[in-house]
Amino acid sequence: MIIIDERYCKGCSICIHFCPGKALEVSKEVNSRGFYAPKVVDQAECTSCKQCELYCPDFAIFIVEDAESADG
Amino acid sequence: MQTDRATGYLSTLAGKVQFALGDEAIAYGALFAGCTFFGGYPITPASEVAETMARELPNVDGYYVQFEDEIGSIAAVIGASRAGAKSMTATSGPGFSLMQENIGYAIMTETPCVVVDVQRSGPSTGQATKPAQADVLQARWGTHGDHEMIAFAPNSVQECLDVMIECFNLSERYRHPVVLLADGEIGHLREKLVFPDPADLDLFPRGGFDAADEAGLVEPMRAYGEGNAVHITGSTHKENGMRDVVSQDVHERLITRCCAKIDKNRDNIIRVEERFMDDAETVVVSFGADSRPALGAVVRARNEGVKVGYFRPISIWPFCGERLTQIGKRVRKILVPEMNLGQLAREIERFVSVPVVRVSKIGGVAHSVEEVYQAIIENSRS
Amino acid sequence: MEHHLLKYLREEILPTTHCPGCGCGQVLNAFVNAIDTLRIDPRGIISVTGIGCSSWIPSPYFKGDTLHTTHGRAIAFATGVKVIRPDSNVVVIAGDGDLAGIGGNHLIHAARRNVGLTVYLVNNYIYGMTGGQVSPTTPFGVVTSTTPYTNAEYPLKIAELVAAAGANYVARWTTYHIRKLIASMEEALQTKGFAFIEIVSQCPVAYGRRVGLRDGVAFMEYFKENSVSVRKSKTMSEEELEGKIVVGRLARRERVEFTESLRKIIEEQRTGTGA
Ligand SMILES: Cc1ncc(C[n+]2csc(CCOP(=O)(O)OP(=O)(O)O)c2C)c(N)n1
Ligand code: SF4
Ligand code: SF4
Repeated sequence: MIIIDERYCKGCSICIHFCPGKALEVSKEVNSRGFYAPKVVDQAECTSCKQCELYCPDFAIFIVEDAESADG
Repeated sequence: MQTDRATGYLSTLAGKVQFALGDEAIAYGALFAGCTFFGGYPITPASEVAETMARELPNVDGYYVQFEDEIGSIAAVIGASRAGAKSMTATSGPGFSLMQENIGYAIMTETPCVVVDVQRSGPSTGQATKPAQADVLQARWGTHGDHEMIAFAPNSVQECLDVMIECFNLSERYRHPVVLLADGEIGHLREKLVFPDPADLDLFPRGGFDAADEAGLVEPMRAYGEGNAVHITGSTHKENGMRDVVSQDVHERLITRCCAKIDKNRDNIIRVEERFMDDAETVVVSFGADSRPALGAVVRARNEGVKVGYFRPISIWPFCGERLTQIGKRVRKILVPEMNLGQLAREIERFVSVPVVRVSKIGGVAHSVEEVYQAIIENSRS
Repeated sequence: MEHHLLKYLREEILPTTHCPGCGCGQVLNAFVNAIDTLRIDPRGIISVTGIGCSSWIPSPYFKGDTLHTTHGRAIAFATGVKVIRPDSNVVVIAGDGDLAGIGGNHLIHAARRNVGLTVYLVNNYIYGMTGGQVSPTTPFGVVTSTTPYTNAEYPLKIAELVAAAGANYVARWTTYHIRKLIASMEEALQTKGFAFIEIVSQCPVAYGRRVGLRDGVAFMEYFKENSVSVRKSKTMSEEELEGKIVVGRLARRERVEFTESLRKIIEEQRTGTGA
């Protein structure tokens, strides 16, 4: 599952660019810090490749395995 | 700090008498003080300090590294100090100039280290092999920004060793760089040197802050490599070490404390030597190499009945201005023989209202006794 | 739920001060990934940095010992640290201006000494922190704030220089090659002796806008298009290599590490087996 930590996101869109599926897109609205954060379009598109997590300059997006996330 | 092997090695030297160079005495002073890291770059007339350290440090489980320049040397010295070793470097004017930025870093990060400047004639390469005493103000104001400084100037080979130990102790105690302002004359002078017994030495240990700082302005230093996640920066920082370069009050608090820890402890740092002062009408103030002919001249004039005193700052910074103010109230004139164009004299003038006579000599030669004697006689006639 | 790597960071001071899309954050991300994979205790890492945006990668964010020093001098400070703390991982991270410009001489001589430091040079082709002045790695012909009529100087091949100076490990990667970069950072951390990676990175703000690469994404694409492997580069002429970024490992040696040699000297003095 994709998790976005809005506290740290600076809206650079690198994660969206590197997602090989179509799991992410740019939000239409700015977040509390004034950036266009990514938004999850479809969790099912995520293959847990972690490209977004590895490329993010700000520790603002990451993947958790589903078993963990169920009650997380 | 010192390993048993180091103490054992130094104990074998205890009481031994050598005919040694000032530079060698400086190195041995550092070893007895517990120095285990030397980073340096060769330069006349300080190279013998490096050579002695290179030879002796392995005997006290210490490390000598010759760097690519003096900037690297002082940087590594500060790094080694942060990692837990009492550390030093030795240079002369040109190298001392290169070190100034990082001396400021040591002040700002409150990192102990000792910098030896065996002064030679400048500016620039000047008379590279000739002694001078013209870095008095570079030692005080060489780095930018508001700061205090501690600097000592020995005038004998034995004092090179003794004062070096004191430099390390003060540096550790106040977490501040300390400059040993030697000169080429003393550095290359060969004279009797008696090694101390390490058991008799009172060394200030790392982190030994219990009764150390009377004014409560110095905190114990947390070493690197011990799992404390210590953050150190030369930028303005808060009490927790984290950078804050925008708040006026944070900067003011940090800098005033760093200055106060030296200024408020002046009485614990300043050392002077006074002779023939009781009835003196004229007083000769001199330091380092030039204080030797100065004392000779004072003694000669005294033998002829001239009421002249001798005053020698052993610590140059912080300056002994208050004591000179007291003296200035009793005497008619102050003569200042020094191997520069009046750097100490200029400082003295800030504290006294009697005339301060510059007895300057530059060009790589110390005053002769005769020259200072003539100055005393000329200035003692009313 | 939190990112599993936040445990390596001083969370209370995040987000970092770096601009959106800056490669510095990616280097920090790659660095903690490498440490996490190797299971290195962050408290055993001493990060030493100079001055510049890139120096802000581990300092103050990485939760180990951090020593933020003066511009260009990080490697010299780090050498002092390593001599006294040979068992710590001493890591230097700083920019091209810092390590290759003002501090270039320390870099060359630390590589020659083969002192056991891990050095990550973040090459963003520019002086970022001071607002976009020409650096020793800025390409020929580029307009910067201090080369308003184009840069008349040629850029330094800093990784090749360090390899020639004698380092035990040298590589070059870009922030685009993130997985290879992480693996290379691991190799560097495990190297005894001087280990060096030139990390070609992006400064969209002070450099990118001058060369038409407006954001992090544009740089990622640019790095992808213009990188060639070390192996392939060997079949290419100098003209063909013009403007290309040669990525991969450039050197690997097994020379004895410097502080180890120093300790050996002490040991020989102690046992009377020395010269
Ligand atoms: C002795 C000194 N000279 C100049 C500066 C100003 N200065 C700060 S950062 C910097 C350049 C930074 O460029 P680089 O090292 O490439 O790092 P970047 O910001 O691009 O990551 C300069 C020149 C300084 N701090 N100290
Ligand atoms: S890469 Fe990170 S900072 Fe950039 S938009 Fe995605 S989540 Fe935000
Ligand atoms: S100026 Fe450039 S290098 Fe500095 S933080 Fe911004 S994008 Fe990064």
